[in-house]
Amino acid sequence: MDAGMILPVLATKTVDLVIMADIIAEEATAESARGLPLMAAITIFVLAMFVGFEIITKIPPTLHTPLMSGSNAISGITLVGAIIAAGAGQGTLVQILGVLAVILAMINVVGGFLVTHRMLGMFRRKR
Amino acid sequence: MDRESIITLAYLVASVCFIFGLKGLTHPRTAVAGNLLGAIGMAVAILATLAQPQLVEHPQGYALVAGGFLVGGVAGAISALRVPMTAMPQMVALFNGFGGAASTLVAGVELVQHQPIVGQIDPLVLSGYLAGIIGAVTFWGSLLAFAKLEEYKAFRKPIAYPFQQPINAVLGAAALLLTIWGVMEPARLGVFWLAVVVASILGFTLVNPIGGADMPVVIALLNSYSGLAACATGFVLENAVLIIAGSLVGASGFILTAIMCKAMNRSLWHVLFGVLGPTEETPTEEQVYGGKVKSATAEELALLFDGARRVVIVPGYGMAVSQAQHAVRDLMSLLESRGITVEFAIHPVAGRMPGHMNVLLAEAEVPYEKLKELEEINPTMVETDVAIVIGANDVVNPLAKTDPKSPIAGMPIVEVDKAKTVIVVKRSLSPGFAGIPNPLFAAPNCLMFFADGKKAILDLIAALKE
Repeated sequence: MDAGMILPVLATKTVDLVIMADIIAEEATAESARGLPLMAAITIFVLAMFVGFEIITKIPPTLHTPLMSGSNAISGITLVGAIIAAGAGQGTLVQILGVLAVILAMINVVGGFLVTHRMLGMFRRKR
Repeated sequence: MDRESIITLAYLVASVCFIFGLKGLTHPRTAVAGNLLGAIGMAVAILATLAQPQLVEHPQGYALVAGGFLVGGVAGAISALRVPMTAMPQMVALFNGFGGAASTLVAGVELVQHQPIVGQIDPLVLSGYLAGIIGAVTFWGSLLAFAKLEEYKAFRKPIAYPFQQPINAVLGAAALLLTIWGVMEPARLGVFWLAVVVASILGFTLVNPIGGADMPVVIALLNSYSGLAACATGFVLENAVLIIAGSLVGASGFILTAIMCKAMNRSLWHVLFGVLGPTEETPTEEQVYGGKVKSATAEELALLFDGARRVVIVPGYGMAVSQAQHAVRDLMSLLESRGITVEFAIHPVAGRMPGHMNVLLAEAEVPYEKLKELEEINPTMVETDVAIVIGANDVVNPLAKTDPKSPIAGMPIVEVDKAKTVIVVKRSLSPGFAGIPNPLFAAPNCLMFFADGKKAILDLIAALKE
């Protein structure tokens, strides 16, 4: 099968899935006082898992390492939680743990994206 | 629109950026843009978070966040810009571990501040425990993987202790029981930190017995875990962007893990818990090698290239260790200048992380069109005049095809034995990770060149130029 034909279709499909999940989430959020209701969260989780599997079905081995370090940087999204913990947290212990979490997640994010960029630059250079 | 909706929309934009960013990373042409898109998504998510009402209400908290940004950003940037390409596997492992640790800390902070729902199972507490445990396993597992890849003396060999599997089972059960206890009595925060300690030990004991050629699987799996930890943190914070980004990474890490396992024809269970090594039926080195191994000097080997038309180079971990990638590129250029076709055979598990060889050869400016996968290169082996194996062993061992009882039986290999002549650059006849002798070295068409990878290639180049 021609990958070039499948991917655009997959892409639109996956975006649809996520938008759908977010609509469900937002509707549910409006009804609930506290953030994201559990069922909506589970829905998003399952759909996002499928999206993940669908996008990354065929990766050329050339890109295994950059894909790994790039996705690794994305997993630094936990930085969002770290910022809330450090910025809005009450009490010294919470603030210390929060700042520590910000530092660690920030190393993950900045280091991950930069190192991936460096590696990909090497793949591109000799063209 | 109110502030909450704008922030939620910004998180949605970030999620879409992550999806397209990851998709971009799966194609060489779009990879750079994909990575940038991921970074943009992250920036959007960070800005949206900084605008959260909880933060705006406590303006003094921004100083703490800014301090963390500065320290973490500088440390991350310096290590990312300084790390040599050969040390990439351990760098990725380390970054990965930091992400896991951050998830654990965030879960801890949230549980400290959370007013649990009394009298029923609080999903927030449950996901807090999951995030804490998965994050701690990721952190300690990655730290140990880092130490192994850096080849620190203490970690070069697995630390031996009895009852490894039962101990893992007990630790896993303990983490589970502590989680149940914690969910039943969410006010006891000590239970959470105890679960984190148990998970930390588990992260260590799980990675401890794994090494060598199995490292790519472990790195991919830990990558998946760090995503799942972030995902669980998303359930704690009730935040969709964490759940989406975390699941994407969890899925991508899992697919890479599956690819690596398939490349070795082993199940994930076997990689994690199986013992790889010679069995009683494995022929001894004496039986395989006895008097049949021929070694050659650079000058003798140089003669092989007279009249050769096609050369295939098979790099392995030995090329990374001796930093031979630039010498290999020079050898390629020299051979090509004589009208010889040169291609590279890349085994999926060559090296210490998925794609390790590709990155090193890219650093040495070998065009990636020359790097071929097994399915593509193996049919051309019969037409190959000289195959040069540099620091690889198990991935070229013909026993995988011929001996169903061998520990590597069924593993796809680079079929260099079919080439007219095989040159194996290796420091000694010592076995590879599987611990078995390699009959290729004793084959009539094989010549050993006992030397350090880089020195061997430089000597060969010098001999070719004479």
